[in-house]
Amino acid sequence: MTPTSENDLAEAILGARGALRLRGGGTRSIGLSEGTLLETGGITGVTLYEPGALTLVARAGTPLAEVEAALDAENQRLAFEVPDLRGLLGTQGASTLGGIVAANASGPRRIASGACRDFLLGVRFVDGAGRVVSNGGRVMKNVTGYDLVKLMAGSHGTLGVLTEVSFKVLPKPEAAATLVLHGLTESEAVAAMAAALGSPYDVTGAAHDPGARQTLLRIEGFARSVAYRLGQLRALFPGRETSEDTDPDAVAALWAGVRDVAPLQGRVGDVWRISCKPSDAPELAARLRAEALLYDWGGGLVWALLPEGTDARARLGTFAGHATRVRGTGSAPAFHPDPAPVAALAEGLRRRFDPRGVLNPGLMA
Amino acid sequence: MKMPAPNASILARKDQIVARLREVLPEGSVISELSETRAYECDALTAYRCPPLCAVLPSSTEEVSAVLKICFEEGVPVVPRGSGTSLAGGALPTADSVILGVAKMNSVLETDYANRLIRVQTGRTNLSVSGAVAEEDFFYAPDPSSQLACAIAGNIAMNSGGAHCLKYGVTTNNLMGVTMVLMDGTVIELGGAHLDAPGLDLLGVICGSEGQLGVVTEATLRILRKPEGARPVLMGFAANEVAGECVSDIIKAGVLPVAIEFMDRPCIEACEAFAHAGYPMCEALLIVEVEGSEAEIAEQLEKIIEIAKRHNPVELREARDADEAGRIWLGRKSAFGAMGQINDYMCLDGTIPVSSLPHVLRRIGEMSEEFGLKVANVFHAGDGNMHPLILFNANQEGQLELCERFGAEILKLCVEVGGCLTGEHGVGIEKRDLMHAQYRPADLEAQMAVKDVFDPHWLLNPAKVFPLDASESRRRLAIAAE
Ligand SMILES: Cc1cc2nc3c(=O)[nH]c(=O)nc-3n(C[C@H](O)[C@H](O)[C@H](O)COP(=O)(O)OP(=O)(O)OC[C@H]3O[C@@H](n4cnc5c(N)ncnc54)[C@H](O)[C@@H]3O)c2cc1C
Repeated sequence: MTPTSENDLAEAILGARGALRLRGGGTRSIGLSEGTLLETGGITGVTLYEPGALTLVARAGTPLAEVEAALDAENQRLAFEVPDLRGLLGTQGASTLGGIVAANASGPRRIASGACRDFLLGVRFVDGAGRVVSNGGRVMKNVTGYDLVKLMAGSHGTLGVLTEVSFKVLPKPEAAATLVLHGLTESEAVAAMAAALGSPYDVTGAAHDPGARQTLLRIEGFARSVAYRLGQLRALFPGRETSEDTDPDAVAALWAGVRDVAPLQGRVGDVWRISCKPSDAPELAARLRAEALLYDWGGGLVWALLPEGTDARARLGTFAGHATRVRGTGSAPAFHPDPAPVAALAEGLRRRFDPRGVLNPGLMA
Repeated sequence: MKMPAPNASILARKDQIVARLREVLPEGSVISELSETRAYECDALTAYRCPPLCAVLPSSTEEVSAVLKICFEEGVPVVPRGSGTSLAGGALPTADSVILGVAKMNSVLETDYANRLIRVQTGRTNLSVSGAVAEEDFFYAPDPSSQLACAIAGNIAMNSGGAHCLKYGVTTNNLMGVTMVLMDGTVIELGGAHLDAPGLDLLGVICGSEGQLGVVTEATLRILRKPEGARPVLMGFAANEVAGECVSDIIKAGVLPVAIEFMDRPCIEACEAFAHAGYPMCEALLIVEVEGSEAEIAEQLEKIIEIAKRHNPVELREARDADEAGRIWLGRKSAFGAMGQINDYMCLDGTIPVSSLPHVLRRIGEMSEEFGLKVANVFHAGDGNMHPLILFNANQEGQLELCERFGAEILKLCVEVGGCLTGEHGVGIEKRDLMHAQYRPADLEAQMAVKDVFDPHWLLNPAKVFPLDASESRRRLAIAAE
């Protein structure tokens, strides 16, 4: 089913006799394997874009590419750097805004500017009982009632099917640069990233590729300011071998590689994503015994390639954070189980919003 | 403003309830004498007052849990309280409720500079969180004007903002985790030193839930390194519209100031009379602040001034040093105080799309004539969060009601142009019955469904946020179940 309006979508959900398998652009591999396919790609269009107010509203099925083109024309962008995981996951299709929000998909800039959920100003959705709900709006500051906007971000279609989303967008910076530290161990790299992120120089990306033994730090802004901060940042690491890049295309390509987890692409195995306290990352990575790794968010996000069917959580043991399997099909659940009282709340919410259990049932439970 | 009638059965059981609470709390932590409970009869929305059944001041998460368990068993409503600076009546008690204050819980539990976070008990004041990390040149970004007094507890409950949130975001963007006690006494942990939720983003819903989903006892907050420096520029314009266009142009140009504050003529005049900051007498005044090294500040200010000049400013004053910067901020920072000097005032908090600024200011001016009440406007222009201050005389019969009616009209206007009722102060009781103007019944139902899950008996701060008619059946059920 591919409804083309919110009304049709509500009817499709009301008429569902069993599980609905929701799909935006189909670029992500987490999802049900059975159920009636319900696609949101028919509900499209940018409904409002005010560059001077930094806000954009669009229907949920709008392709990311269309939105990026509109923003590009005004020299603006979605600041949370939407990952393009097709290469990693071996999927096709084109990302839609609704799918991005449902996955709270956020790239390297998350560490500085925030996640998708931090830029999401409002949502409209149809819940599992066919009720149309709107929450939030199109203004940056809004504390009117409960924040269901955050609840919907990352809910993977289990509470409702998004029909419209509004975002705060940001101007593109005039310049960007990468400082590369060479040859650091993983612990040294995490410490270096902490020093950079704890400096006043507005680092907007901090990643470490242990395969290449490269630690990457990104700076963005006005050209003169970027040059100044790049110098200051380099001075934080005396005695280290460094190199830098200020070519806009090269900087963009390098960070697209981090965003899209390039070092793990094209390789056999399961892909896990571990969210942790940055300083714990090297120790957790050691426990994982992964075949390939990539550290993002200063160490707060670890991508790991493990042999098929490996339960990363069993290797990690107890730790502060969570592990999600983004590719692969072991017996362990894809999403990290919540502790019992929290799981009970989440289950309660799903029952309320989807009383018949038709929206991606079981996906997050 | 109506509040539900207190539950007579609870009032009758006061002694028994107080005795049970005394059993689980240390001496002096249960306050039940009317002479003392008066201290908890209102928050900063002082027009509404009601002493609670009693007030408790626990010292730990365990004690909070013990208190809630008893209140749950006794079916007694609980109103969580931080420092009581809410402008929306969020911490206003009812006669049958227990005030649960977290003021005693004000310790720093952990500072972790490598991971850029601080863990505190939520009774700690906002400013003292920044104070705790100042020696390492770090700070906690959300900075409500009330930061000297307000607690992190209230900041989380209201999702508070501040002057610098244009760059750094509001509380929800800087909150990493909480320890929270549910109404039945269950203690849960959400988030922590890592980013993003494993499953549903419950932390995102807790923030801004106005004390209706649980009592937050501990919080993990993101801290940031202080910028090398900051400096404001002041500009005056001949018309509100022009100032509004200038704001929009600055934002579009890619400069990201940390703050853009707007004051209109009535506000400028009052501030000038009060603080003598040397403000120019004009229709609209902007204060724009940028951050960075000396050279970075100069570069950004140069761009901003260039944009401002295209709008024929009547005044352009760049701070050359800390002293001049202080003078530029002086008037703005004393705006509320200045208003308090000349009149009673009601502070509104609606948000509008920045593009509607001129229209909304014009309409407020017209309504001011219709209602016969003066309005001064001071607000965070970068994000459209307005703070119209309606001046009235509280001692004059009927003026408070007139002022409230005028306020309601302004907030409805905010919604009409695509904005919202409240940008940072919260709904509380103040905007509770206006929620219908912004949300359809299904929208409110969905929000109330969240409360049903966290607090099935509707005992936590029950008469707030949702219009009384919308929440009535749920609150009734709670009483019947008791
Ligand atoms: C002069 C002045 C200036 C202000 N400026 C600003 C500003 O710039 N920006 C801004 O956003 N606000 C501002 N405010 C409003 C107010 O300071 C904020 O809403 C603040 O966050 C309230 O904190 P508090 O600790 O005083 O909370 P309280 O007033 O005690 O309570 C506020 C709400 O939080 C709930 N609550 C309290 N503790 C808990 C807890 N432990 N768990 C769960 N819920 C709890 C209460 O039930 C209530 O609903 C201002 C107020 C004043 C008086």
